[in-house]
Amino acid sequence: MASKDDSKGMNNQAQANEKLPALLVSAFGEDITEASINHGIPVFTVHRNAYRKVVEFLFNLEEMPFRFLTDITGIHLPDNKDDLGVICHLHCLTSNVRLRIKTFVTTSDSHVDSLTPLFPGANWMERETFDFYGIHFKGHPNLTRILNMDDMLIHPLRKEYPLEDQSRKDKNDAMFGR
Amino acid sequence: MNNKIQLAKAPDGVEGAGFFATRLDDVIGLARKNSVWPLPFATSCCGIEFMATMGANYDLARYGSERMSFSPRQADLLMVMGTIAKKMAPVVRQVYEQMAEPKWVLSMGACASSGGIFDTYSVLQGIDRIIPVDVYVPGCPPRPEQVIDGILKIHELVANESSRRRYSEDYKNLMASYGFER
Repeated sequence: MASKDDSKGMNNQAQANEKLPALLVSAFGEDITEASINHGIPVFTVHRNAYRKVVEFLFNLEEMPFRFLTDITGIHLPDNKDDLGVICHLHCLTSNVRLRIKTFVTTSDSHVDSLTPLFPGANWMERETFDFYGIHFKGHPNLTRILNMDDMLIHPLRKEYPLEDQSRKDKNDAMFGR
Repeated sequence: MNNKIQLAKAPDGVEGAGFFATRLDDVIGLARKNSVWPLPFATSCCGIEFMATMGANYDLARYGSERMSFSPRQADLLMVMGTIAKKMAPVVRQVYEQMAEPKWVLSMGACASSGGIFDTYSVLQGIDRIIPVDVYVPGCPPRPEQVIDGILKIHELVANESSRRRYSEDYKNLMASYGFER
């Protein structure tokens, strides 16, 4: 029976891939800056100001409520104008449909709305994204570091910071490929 | 007497009918070295190798270390085995601080000794940055034989340590250099 459900789920995904882009563009217009299908699921790049509204809209969709937050993560693309990204993966458990929302900000002004009012589970994921990328989530109840030491001064996964420990004096670049 | 039982060799001294005289330091060293209680601070694969060392094949108990002390207060030897993340560093320090004097530290494996392959922002580049280390055991991870060799090196230090060492200026300065108050 499980395989039958799976195939049904895939059909739902295929239907959603056709339906969702038009639906979101009709609801948000210009705020959806890019819509594509990637790895079999729809990907929407949205304007930073519409980020939470789009997620809320999907959360409350009647025929396909996206009520499960799979993941929130960040990305740093230093060559882009809007170089810092937030990516969130949503899952509709009733129809087994997945999608991805991206929004981009800049390192100098990295504020995005928090998803914690919709998903309590966003709390730790947003803290992790803040910890590693320095993205500030407006409305987050406790935006502090979660994995790194509290006294760390940098957001280590941003490209401007070196990966290696800077306190070492005994490793030179020629010998260790640093 | 059963000749399979090996007694520890008595230290040098003056022997006569009904008496044996030797240095107190030697006797204390002899007693201490044959009952070193380790505190295993195992965080990764070196810890697994240490379990093999404790197991029946290699049997660390032969060297008087059968009693693992999972409370730092009763431990003589802190064995740090595995990668220590910077966030873990205060924990290692606290465990070391809670141990009663005299205490020794063995750093097992590349990660504990130098950060190993983890040359990265989140990993402590060797535990000797936060606590003084007596013996380093190289390897990634070291084989049980190497761990036993490290323990025997600790035994040498324990046996030959002057009972005044922990009160010396040198030792106080060493502790102060790591930020421990005594």
